[in-house]
Amino acid sequence: MPITRAEVEKIALLANLELTPAEKESFSAELADIVDYIDQLNELDTTAIEPWRQRSAGDVTRSSATRPDLVHPGLGQIRALESSPEQEDGHFTVPRVIGS
Amino acid sequence: MNRLTIDDIHRLYATGETRPSQVCREALALIARRNGSLNALLTVLDESATAAAEAMDAEIGRTIADKPLAGIPVVVKDNLCTEGIRTTCGSRILGDYRPPYTATAVKKLVDAGAIILGKANLDEFAMGGSTENSAFGPTRNPWNEEYVPGGSSGGSAVAVAAGYVPASLGSDTGGSIRQPASFCGLVGLKPTYGRVSRYGLVAFASSLDQIGPFTNNVRDAARLLGVIAGHDPLDSTSANLPVDDYLGALTGDLRGVRVGVPSECFADGLDPEVRTRVEEGIHRLKARGATVVDIHLPNMKYVVAVYYIIATAEASSNLARFDGVRYGLRAADARSLSEMYRQTRDLGFGPEVKRRIMLGTYVLSSGYYDAYYEKAQRVRALLVQDFARAFEQCDVIATPTAPTPPFRLGEKTAGPLAMYLGDIYTVTINLTGLPAINVPSGISSHGLPIGMQLIGNYFDEARLLNIASAAESS
Repeated sequence: MPITRAEVEKIALLANLELTPAEKESFSAELADIVDYIDQLNELDTTAIEPWRQRSAGDVTRSSATRPDLVHPGLGQIRALESSPEQEDGHFTVPRVIGS
Repeated sequence: MNRLTIDDIHRLYATGETRPSQVCREALALIARRNGSLNALLTVLDESATAAAEAMDAEIGRTIADKPLAGIPVVVKDNLCTEGIRTTCGSRILGDYRPPYTATAVKKLVDAGAIILGKANLDEFAMGGSTENSAFGPTRNPWNEEYVPGGSSGGSAVAVAAGYVPASLGSDTGGSIRQPASFCGLVGLKPTYGRVSRYGLVAFASSLDQIGPFTNNVRDAARLLGVIAGHDPLDSTSANLPVDDYLGALTGDLRGVRVGVPSECFADGLDPEVRTRVEEGIHRLKARGATVVDIHLPNMKYVVAVYYIIATAEASSNLARFDGVRYGLRAADARSLSEMYRQTRDLGFGPEVKRRIMLGTYVLSSGYYDAYYEKAQRVRALLVQDFARAFEQCDVIATPTAPTPPFRLGEKTAGPLAMYLGDIYTVTINLTGLPAINVPSGISSHGLPIGMQLIGNYFDEARLLNIASAAESS
């Protein structure tokens, strides 16, 4: 199934990626190849099968575990902000959101 | 290649023939000589490692009795967080990132006496099978530098194969420990999902990722697993089950062991030389007393498709956090928040990461979710059933680890699908959550290693390691 340039642009927008015209071109061909390949799953009738759901695989001893509701010290504001490219007064700063 | 095991080094410590600072100095000298061309390590921690080693020198004869990794230099993949030490994930977007905490598995190594010598190169965010996708250049295979070491944990594999260190940690989302172990002639173990805490492992696909060791032999792998395994309240998917005595399980006794051989894994697309070497590995198990049974995994032809839907879907979601706000790179001069997100991610991510985020976003997008993601999760449930049935007939399953011997740098970079198809034998194990190990099984006509994969049942690593130790060719 071909993936059009418009579709590639829509996916890029959803993924917050800015692609160059060359990338749009190559991704549209490569994604179409991969999607063609994964379409072979349609050969299988899976209507009677429940989808797999996340659990600790094989760990049948545990169902829905809860832990005691205790307060533990966390990373803290100062350390959490340390890795940020821009910060001010204990906040992460970002470019203007409203009215831009 | 002259490579020492952990037991070798501990024997030398016990007799006083060497001490940690000397082992560390020799390792750093080897790294200085070879890492320029191999590019296995992105960060070398010479000062902190030397200081840690010197502090151990005086007591080392006694420490080896208490700490399983006393005075053992190791390296860890650069997607494992190390407090205050650069953790790049092989990506420009985290080029200068220094995490505020250390991964549980790394902390456990240090608590067991290991000395962290460096951070190992990888395909960007662990996405790849050759370590050619690193933003910091490819890693080369020490058996022949024109060949890839496999990936994504290529740097961790090469650090052991080139003799820098006797052990390292990698992560395995679709084969990223087992395949480079195969390409570099090492033992590489992916434990059961939940056996080792993922806390501090930068997430690629959370339902598939698992940390595990690279070593020169099965005995060292058993030792490493004993150190890193166990429940961690900081990872809600880590299993609250006792850790077995993996070293004690290595009896070499294969009486009553049934080895399942799935015909689907020895069909078209398998290199004839790989087939022969893996069949020889199965014969070694038979010669040691195991019985071989034919089994079937009827849905093998679908596993790569299922994997590339689920892994990319989870990756597109996990990698949304890299947006220039809290850590890592930020594009300068963006005029709005959304422009900053897009420009940061455009600058920071390489082509394979973008391709997988695009595919993952596509399969999760409205109108396609049921057709792709939900469908893949149904086939994944079928795979889990297939293996449950197989393990009614056998105790371990033997397959090739990779369908080909190592390939040359640049050989598979043209079409992404060709690279993905090389993952056929390994991805199944991440989709089902089972443990599996690569055991070296001979050399190709080009003088490069070939590996056999042994797959165990859930949390049955003790038995898996014992069978693997019997399959070692020496």
